[in-house]
Amino acid sequence: MSEIIEQIKSIVVAGKHKEIEKIVKAGLDANIDPGAIINDGLIAAMDIVGKKFGSGEIYVPEMLVAAATMKKGLEIIKPLLTGDASQPKGTILMGTVKGDLHDIGKNLVIMMLEGAGFKVVDLGVDLSVDKVVEKVREIKPDLLGLSALLTTTMPEMQKVIVMIREQGLRDSVKIMVGGAPVDSRFAEKIGADGYGKDAADAVQLAKKLIGIN
Amino acid sequence: MLIIGERINSSRKSIAGAISAGDEAFIQKEAKLQAEAGASYIDVNAAAFVGEEIERLKWVIGAVQEVTDLPLCIDSPDPGAIRAVLPMVNKPPMINSITLEPDRLERILPLVVQYRAKVVGLCQSEEIMAESTDAKVELAGRLVEKVTGAGIPLDDLYIDPLVYPLGTSATSAQSTLEAIERIMKDFPGVHTTCGLTNVSHGLPARKLVNRTFLSACIIRGLDSAIMDPTDKLLYGALKAAVMITGRDDFCMDFIHAFRAGLIE
Repeated sequence: MSEIIEQIKSIVVAGKHKEIEKIVKAGLDANIDPGAIINDGLIAAMDIVGKKFGSGEIYVPEMLVAAATMKKGLEIIKPLLTGDASQPKGTILMGTVKGDLHDIGKNLVIMMLEGAGFKVVDLGVDLSVDKVVEKVREIKPDLLGLSALLTTTMPEMQKVIVMIREQGLRDSVKIMVGGAPVDSRFAEKIGADGYGKDAADAVQLAKKLIGIN
Repeated sequence: MLIIGERINSSRKSIAGAISAGDEAFIQKEAKLQAEAGASYIDVNAAAFVGEEIERLKWVIGAVQEVTDLPLCIDSPDPGAIRAVLPMVNKPPMINSITLEPDRLERILPLVVQYRAKVVGLCQSEEIMAESTDAKVELAGRLVEKVTGAGIPLDDLYIDPLVYPLGTSATSAQSTLEAIERIMKDFPGVHTTCGLTNVSHGLPARKLVNRTFLSACIIRGLDSAIMDPTDKLLYGALKAAVMITGRDDFCMDFIHAFRAGLIE
């Protein structure tokens, strides 16, 4: 039984997307708990992928193909889930701030967060402060992730945080920031809860801020 | 081929360090190295110094102009910073960059006219950064309209069709290559330029990817690049590609660059 889970794990890590469907079905046929396939197989695999990416052992396309493989596996299992196993580990709101159209980095982060079992709502790019605050109020996420690639749009992150505080929402949502010109010092200065230096780091940070593992 | 030497950019740690420390000799060495290697313009960027960009950029410009006669490429996301530093520039510069964002256009185009500058135009509007070939060509057309409408000769416009990382989209470079060819064909007299490093983001052997991409761009018609001319393999790929596409009479440029030890 655990052998199949190990196989699922190594197939996701290797990004063999053509093989994932068959092995996941074999796992289900062998009556392995779908929740175990997800947590000990697919999500555990993405954890390894994240670490390998973080250490520079694998490259962006390898991370992408692993995530695509994971997603394919997940889609087979999702309809079968009931109860606890179908609950996401937390809800995360993600977006790129006003005046900034860059989304490649943000999208990588989203993919890895989903791979780690979070529910992610992508608000897109060029987001006004009001829009972000409105969505925080409406969706009530555990965590808000803000991205900026330009030195000129970085200050928008601070505006969002200030507005969230003014609206009395700051205690109900954690905030993480990232993007090429951003660093941990800046994150601290503007009152964010943390800075993720890449997609793998963002996942570790999200886990820490939401309080899992 | 117009080469914009990109090394003096504050997003590089060594440059930011030198600017912070007021290390004039370091910045001047970077300028001289690029001038000797074949740069046509020296790009200057201090955008990492948020809140003090203008004064830092002025310092960089002063330092660079002391050691080279090459014109500068004023590189800033802030039109206000561009306007503030232009009066101290010795030669008609290049301005990096405009997009189709109305505010940026309105503030920068008059400066291009006033300082008889060349200008880099990014295929980017308020709504999108062009990814598909069609979007790139469409935005290029609008840039051509805006720039010539302001009375600027087409010859002074360098369109950057943008390139995205192959690591996240395997056909991104192909869109750029096709756009270069179509832009050069559809708008005769305009120029195309491109930054190279984005294409290899997230991949191994990045320099190999960058110079292969540069060769491909030149073969499709690119006639300017934002690059590091001191990278002899990269510069060699450029010279060879220019020669291969019949833009180097009697192959003299290639031979001279080889004899001067500039290419490998």
